[in-house]
Amino acid sequence: MWRFAIKMLFGDSAKFYGILLGLGFASLLIAQQASIFVGLMSRTFAFIGEVGHVDLWVFDPTQSYVDEPKPLRATALERVRGVTGVEWAAPLYKGLLVATLPDGSRQVCDVIGIDDDTLAGGPAEIVAGSLADLRQPDAVMVEVGSSQQQLRFPEALPPGAVPAPGQSFDPKGPKRPVEVGDIIELNERRARVVGLVKCAETFVAAPTVYTVYSRAITYAPPSRRVMSAVLVTAVEGQDPDALAERIRAETGLAALKPHDYSMRTLGYWMSETGIPINFGIAIALGFFVGVAIAGQMFYNFTLDNLRYFGAFKAMGASTWKLLGMVALQALVAGVLGLGLGLGAVSAFGLNAAGGKLAFKMLWQIPLIAAGAVLVICILASVLSMWKVIRLDPADVFKSS
Amino acid sequence: MATATPTTSGAPTPAHATAIRLRGVTKTFGRGESAVTALRGIDLDIPAGELTMLVGPSGCGKTTLISILAGLLSRDGGDLAVFGTDLATLRRDRLAAWRRDNVGFIFQQFNLVPQLSVSENVSVPLVLKGESVGAAVRRADELLATLGLEGRGKSSPLKLSGGQQQRVAIARALIHDPRLLVCDEPTSALDAELGRRVMELIRGRSTRPDRAVVVVTHDDRIFHLADTIAHVNDGRIDQLTRRTSEPPTAGSHR
Repeated sequence: MWRFAIKMLFGDSAKFYGILLGLGFASLLIAQQASIFVGLMSRTFAFIGEVGHVDLWVFDPTQSYVDEPKPLRATALERVRGVTGVEWAAPLYKGLLVATLPDGSRQVCDVIGIDDDTLAGGPAEIVAGSLADLRQPDAVMVEVGSSQQQLRFPEALPPGAVPAPGQSFDPKGPKRPVEVGDIIELNERRARVVGLVKCAETFVAAPTVYTVYSRAITYAPPSRRVMSAVLVTAVEGQDPDALAERIRAETGLAALKPHDYSMRTLGYWMSETGIPINFGIAIALGFFVGVAIAGQMFYNFTLDNLRYFGAFKAMGASTWKLLGMVALQALVAGVLGLGLGLGAVSAFGLNAAGGKLAFKMLWQIPLIAAGAVLVICILASVLSMWKVIRLDPADVFKSS
Repeated sequence: MATATPTTSGAPTPAHATAIRLRGVTKTFGRGESAVTALRGIDLDIPAGELTMLVGPSGCGKTTLISILAGLLSRDGGDLAVFGTDLATLRRDRLAAWRRDNVGFIFQQFNLVPQLSVSENVSVPLVLKGESVGAAVRRADELLATLGLEGRGKSSPLKLSGGQQQRVAIARALIHDPRLLVCDEPTSALDAELGRRVMELIRGRSTRPDRAVVVVTHDDRIFHLADTIAHVNDGRIDQLTRRTSEPPTAGSHR
């Protein structure tokens, strides 16, 4: 009878496609919104991963997340270096500064200043130039994506050329990407582009500009506290957790492993913003849309077939057999609907890969979508099963 | 390969012995002031190897009666034995298995599943008994051929005429060679000629020794095909007519 159950499901094409679309749309909405949510949240701590291998981040204990640097005194670096178990400690600057372009337009940039000596904390991928070029006078490296979008130069100005005295450009005129050799101003100080880099998308939409620490603090407004964090590597064999505890005790600063700092940052965004609620609503909406559309369609499908189930019951099919048929129909519809939805989400994800859209489908997300679709199918089939259980086989003799 | 389910058939019944015996069978639907009494004490013997018709006005209790003797509905009172089995002693699942093994149904509305092919519809009783779909469909095709529906097995029932659909329904009722064939208004949707042919088919196939046919009908054009006509009125049998000159089977009527 299982084969007949499947044929009954596929045979009523209007309802079958309705059920499929309902379940597909529900799983699409659930998986897509969850993936965008995960992608977006991953960006909140993407910079921590971008910095590369360090054992500990040391920062102001009142700092909640990585993009909210609360500057430390310059002495913090030496104090951290003095803690037993620290192999090396490097300063890091991270701050939003205004860049001025030759056409007079201004753009807020996320300026990262990395250790002059070790260049630790630099970008993972360099598209043009080399990291050592940052040691040249006024050198900066610019994120390649922003060089094509936000930091655009007048087309009339050749790469590396300096505007002649009195020469001006129309800010709305034709533009070209920033290239190696171009000159910009950072906080009214000269900065020469020596390379292009690729960075992970972060929560801060501003273009990322890399330079060395000593130069970054000259771009930053004068202050006694300019250092955003200290990056620490432990001596070999040193337990990072124990070292973090020691740094906290001896310096009064916060010290966390990169993963823990990422979770602290994530926790801030999760608890202090409305993002989870908004995405949660979208995901719940997907679930309820699935229940409403697919559930109702499936229930109507069963109602339409009730007289045939009644005939089967009269002919000797047990109630369990009929319930099995309904469950199988729900399961098949669920699996196909889920496949449809996840397929669409995967296509969406592939299309979005490498773009600005935050999208990250963890392996747990298809499982969550599958669980949601299962619940939808159970809810839909329970109502249908109830009708089948209550079905009186003698009803088949009633004319309809 | 599917395993055949054990049958719940009773012992063979000699021809013209009593296939179904009803004594004082009562049935009431609802309770209190809204209660409706459908059967007020039915006494009836339905002989094996014969075709018995239940006739009477709408609401007289015919459908309730066939539902009870086919094991679809439980009685409130009285005694009922169908081929020697008291259906009240069977639990719900055993009763379903008993129906599966012993009863063939022809419904007024045919109840052919439109998503299944003609052969698949006919094969349902065999599949319910545990036969594989492939084997059951082959047997269904053979039976359909004998009913003049050769080559229509793969068609949708919706593409058949009313008469053809009725023959498919008959094939479905007969394919597992049931001991009791229950027909509800089998000719109501058919013209006179087709109705006659359908009834001859039913009669020819199932009025064999140790078989019984019960037909509920309003159609007086087919009354002449009955061996016995039980006139049901207000929940009672108020007249029993035998086609032959023999006296009615033992078991009185009210």
